[in-house]
Amino acid sequence: MEMPNIQRLDLNPTHTYEEFKLRPGKPLPFGATFVPGGVNFSIYSQHATHCTLVLFERGKTEPLAEIPFPAEFTIGNVFAMVVFGLDYENTEYGFRMDGPFDPTNGHRFDASNILLDPYAKAVGGRSTWGTPPDWNDIYQHRGQLVYDDFDWGDDHALQIPIEDIVVYELHVRGFTRHPSSGVRYPGTFAALRAKIPYLKALGINCVELMPVYEFDEFENSRPHPFKEGELLMNYWGYSTLCFFAPKAGYAATAPHGMQVDEFKTLIKELHRNGIEVWLDVVFNHTAEGNERGPSISFRGIDNKTYYMLTPEGYYFNFSGTGNTLNCNNPIVRNMVLDCLRYWASEYHIDGFRFDLAAILGRDPWGAPMPNPPLLESLAFDPILAKCKLVAEAWDAGGLYQVGTFPAYGRWAEWNGKYRDDMRRFLKSDEGMVSAAAQRIQGSPDLYAWRGPTASINFLTCHDGFTLYDLVAYNGKHNEANGENNQDGANDNHSWNCGWEGPTDDPEINALRLRQMKNAFVLLLVSQGVPMILMGDEVARTQHGNNNTYCHDNELTWFNWELEQQNGELLRFATQMIAFRHAHPALRNREHFRNTDYMGSGYADITWHGTQAWNADWSNDSRVIAFMLCGKHAKNGSMSDDYIYVAINAYWDALPFALPGLPTDLVWHLFANTSVPRPGDIHTPGQEPPLDDQQHILVGGRSAIVLVGKPATTHTEHP
Amino acid sequence: MALETKLELSPKGLAIITLAGELDASNAADFQTQITQAASANCKRLVLIMQDLEYMASAGLRMLAFTKQKMGASVDIYMVGTKPTVQETIEAVGFQYSVIMLETYDAAQIEQF
Repeated sequence: MEMPNIQRLDLNPTHTYEEFKLRPGKPLPFGATFVPGGVNFSIYSQHATHCTLVLFERGKTEPLAEIPFPAEFTIGNVFAMVVFGLDYENTEYGFRMDGPFDPTNGHRFDASNILLDPYAKAVGGRSTWGTPPDWNDIYQHRGQLVYDDFDWGDDHALQIPIEDIVVYELHVRGFTRHPSSGVRYPGTFAALRAKIPYLKALGINCVELMPVYEFDEFENSRPHPFKEGELLMNYWGYSTLCFFAPKAGYAATAPHGMQVDEFKTLIKELHRNGIEVWLDVVFNHTAEGNERGPSISFRGIDNKTYYMLTPEGYYFNFSGTGNTLNCNNPIVRNMVLDCLRYWASEYHIDGFRFDLAAILGRDPWGAPMPNPPLLESLAFDPILAKCKLVAEAWDAGGLYQVGTFPAYGRWAEWNGKYRDDMRRFLKSDEGMVSAAAQRIQGSPDLYAWRGPTASINFLTCHDGFTLYDLVAYNGKHNEANGENNQDGANDNHSWNCGWEGPTDDPEINALRLRQMKNAFVLLLVSQGVPMILMGDEVARTQHGNNNTYCHDNELTWFNWELEQQNGELLRFATQMIAFRHAHPALRNREHFRNTDYMGSGYADITWHGTQAWNADWSNDSRVIAFMLCGKHAKNGSMSDDYIYVAINAYWDALPFALPGLPTDLVWHLFANTSVPRPGDIHTPGQEPPLDDQQHILVGGRSAIVLVGKPATTHTEHP
Repeated sequence: MALETKLELSPKGLAIITLAGELDASNAADFQTQITQAASANCKRLVLIMQDLEYMASAGLRMLAFTKQKMGASVDIYMVGTKPTVQETIEAVGFQYSVIMLETYDAAQIEQF
């Protein structure tokens, strides 16, 4: 049967403004959406009296057109309009919002500003990183139209069980910007894609990308205090301009408007190589700062909705950056949900780490809520159901929720106590053995009902010292930040091993290397989810700067020459990661029970000291050893070797008596950090047996890892 | 410089589109029309002869994404003789994963199906 060729009436314009054909738009979804023949623009504002759509030809300084929303195009608090016949590739758009300028009552409307759509899917204006902007441009950050036509093939989120994850936190630009990276388009998504073989060889299976939402690297830029002609910039990017748009300056192809495709290609290729992609998302504040900051988007669209305000109309500052996003306002809550759903569905993102997430549990007046609706919504959202959700469970307003973050059975946490306790244990502080034992077990003292996978274990992250600096500096050296060394944390729990900063002293350098190896042992034999900071595996240094948020220079870039220079540490870290992947006993989903529930004759975990079966928990002790029974691997669901780990944080070598194994098993040496390469570590499965099965000498400030397995056969794991 | 395009359809199911000049927003629709024609002809392979294409704007890159979607997963797309400047952009975006890039027209590879 031949169908009649009937043109759908609802595609036709109903209104005209100048040369533009219009019709009333659909209120949902918010943002700019393609419809047949046109674009549907929809934006929320409760308190604006009028709204005007401002259209630009791409890159032009003057608007192409300004189209007021007719009164009949308003539905509730939503302005919605379809504009026909636009040149999608060359259109940039924004809005003017009219309404009261009445800060005391929370309103800061100013129709002279052109405002960025909070739902813009791409943003122009900073398309090439570091290119000085035209500050006279009346519209700095421009909404762009985005197609959803990326060819994903059979790609989907990897859904690796979280207990099997090894996270690698990296900065997209810093990872490849250094001249030594040897890749095309350094500092971009494309360049990161070229470095996937390195990540795969290292063995990590998850990258956590520091902020990739559109931000302005020129925000609060200022001259470098010591380097003439160089700027300090908003390098880290914890200052979001637009939650739905990838950072254009991270894309080599952003000048072509292809940043969305370039980033999606990176994600697709990471997935193809078995690597999940988590995003570090910053919903606690925006780039608009306090009442003295610019009006870029939210402030001019509906200040009172988007921000937490004091009764006098000033900005609450729980983020430490000037303002606080009003996340538990229902409108903002929905925006956050829409945003994460968008990234999960359109970008196939595997997980999200929420910066200063404790703020997300505050009510609009700043008080912590026992049952925060946003956190609950995220935990139970059907589209986010397979995404990992990780909280930085504190904020700058003093709310510290490590161990108590409202989790709803879903949320994991950056375990700040793991970092602090393990740093102190590593540098031989007294009284740390009991705390270290808790952290090694996945912090059951903090996550009794949530299991070890609630704990993202880390010794270092972008915020603070790198691993090398942790063993090379007693104090921070942030003078290059231009804040008189007042910024950055003071409680670093670091130890310089005898000299502050670089030294030629071979003993100090050997000790530093050993301490870094010890750190990798601690991190990768701990239950929970280990996270490694970019470059720690090659001893990347920031020369003692523990707050490098403003440095787009060698201080923060990954120097790829270190791959060769510090190959011994890289090899050690790589083998430790491989060891973790090889041994399910290290990756339990539930806490140890400290009993033998498998009938093996051994409890799942047992504690030891210099004497087997007799751990020294005293205040003076710096020694801890534990054995994992292979029959209890993954809570008894898998079979593994027995694993014995001894950490001697005391400064002299100590003999350790080894616990006896089942008669058919023999202790083999996997790692010994007091031995130089190549004997410091072995390939998992190829460990040599110990000559002495009864004792082992563990060097001062050293760790050993043993594997108990049959003498002549290599153990295969399911 | 204008864009010149030519579509050839072979009875065996091979579609060849030759592009010359500059592909940008002003003429991407011409390219799109030929892709649509090739798809309508149920071609089994699509070959884009690019050796005389001097420049490709974002609209052209977008049209490559359209091409892949329009032809479907079962149709192999070959890009032949892409100039280095165009190829660099294609590779930065990542489109090379969706197509087969050849320096020269290889009949043995392209026409055997």
